[in-house]
Amino acid sequence: MALVSLITMSCKDGKKEGATGPMSNEMHQEDAASEMMADNSSKEGSSAILNDYLKIKNALVADNQEDAAKAGGMLFADFKKFDKSSYSSDEQQELTDIIEDAKESAEHISDSPIEHQREHFDILSKDVIDMIAITGTDQKLYQDFCPMYNDNKGAQWLSTTEEIKNPYMGSKMPGCGKVQKEIK
Amino acid sequence: MKVFKTIAWILLIAFVGIQFFPTDRNQNEAVYVSDFMRVNNVPAVIQNKIEVSCYDCHSNNTKYPWYNKIQPAAWFLEDHIKEGKDELNFNEWGDYSDRRKNSKLRSIISQIEDDEMPLDSYTLIHRDAKFSESEKKEIIKYMTKLKNNL
Repeated sequence: MALVSLITMSCKDGKKEGATGPMSNEMHQEDAASEMMADNSSKEGSSAILNDYLKIKNALVADNQEDAAKAGGMLFADFKKFDKSSYSSDEQQELTDIIEDAKESAEHISDSPIEHQREHFDILSKDVIDMIAITGTDQKLYQDFCPMYNDNKGAQWLSTTEEIKNPYMGSKMPGCGKVQKEIK
Repeated sequence: MKVFKTIAWILLIAFVGIQFFPTDRNQNEAVYVSDFMRVNNVPAVIQNKIEVSCYDCHSNNTKYPWYNKIQPAAWFLEDHIKEGKDELNFNEWGDYSDRRKNSKLRSIISQIEDDEMPLDSYTLIHRDAKFSESEKKEIIKYMTKLKNNL
């Protein structure tokens, strides 16, 4: 099933022009970049975003403000570089809104105390989830939900593991939350 | 002793010198169709409170205090206002996408809930900008309603 959706995804993306953009040589430092289709710049763009998003998530799980800030700075750059030219105009509009919103959160995460980072991680997670709905992803993801965060208003996040590791509560309540759905 | 005197003179000259570098004033006659109050038809009490407490740094119009005439205070204020408007400009509310409005409201609500806004350094001088507990509740309730209706 995962394979099927991966193939559909790459079919959808097959129409795109090759990686002629400025991103083609900058992505190689990312470890996940090696698995990616080399002829697809926007796919790489969303993968870079997802990878740095996950770095922030992991840092917040570990209550590590500094690493979250670093990844926030990288994420900001990823969003800035993201090439949305291969999407339909409706999708582009949606992506523009998402990126504008997400860039702001990434910037905040790059230079804020941890509680403020978490606040923006909440906003950011919504943006990244909606972005993935448009761009697709080649990683298997879990969309998790913590019902307690933000005065019981709750917050979502994405993870690559089924086990719950809560980025909002950190070491206070690492197991709080549940998987809402799997994204393939 | 002579050293102190020299330093005092240098400081004095520097202080006088920087007075010749004025800042741009954040003031504007324009009426904004995209203003938060216009777009949302905000009840008068809440409108008044938000304008008094937030608009100095989060709109294109600042009611400046007297010490804005003196450097380096004016630089300090200019910096704050620039940063404040960057984050949120109530005059431009109508131009924000729904996604952005939603995020802004989320931040507005939690900043007020956690007493992070208005800034302590601001309410120290602007006593009327401070939110009472009931005002806090009212504004949060209103903002939450806006957010849910998006």
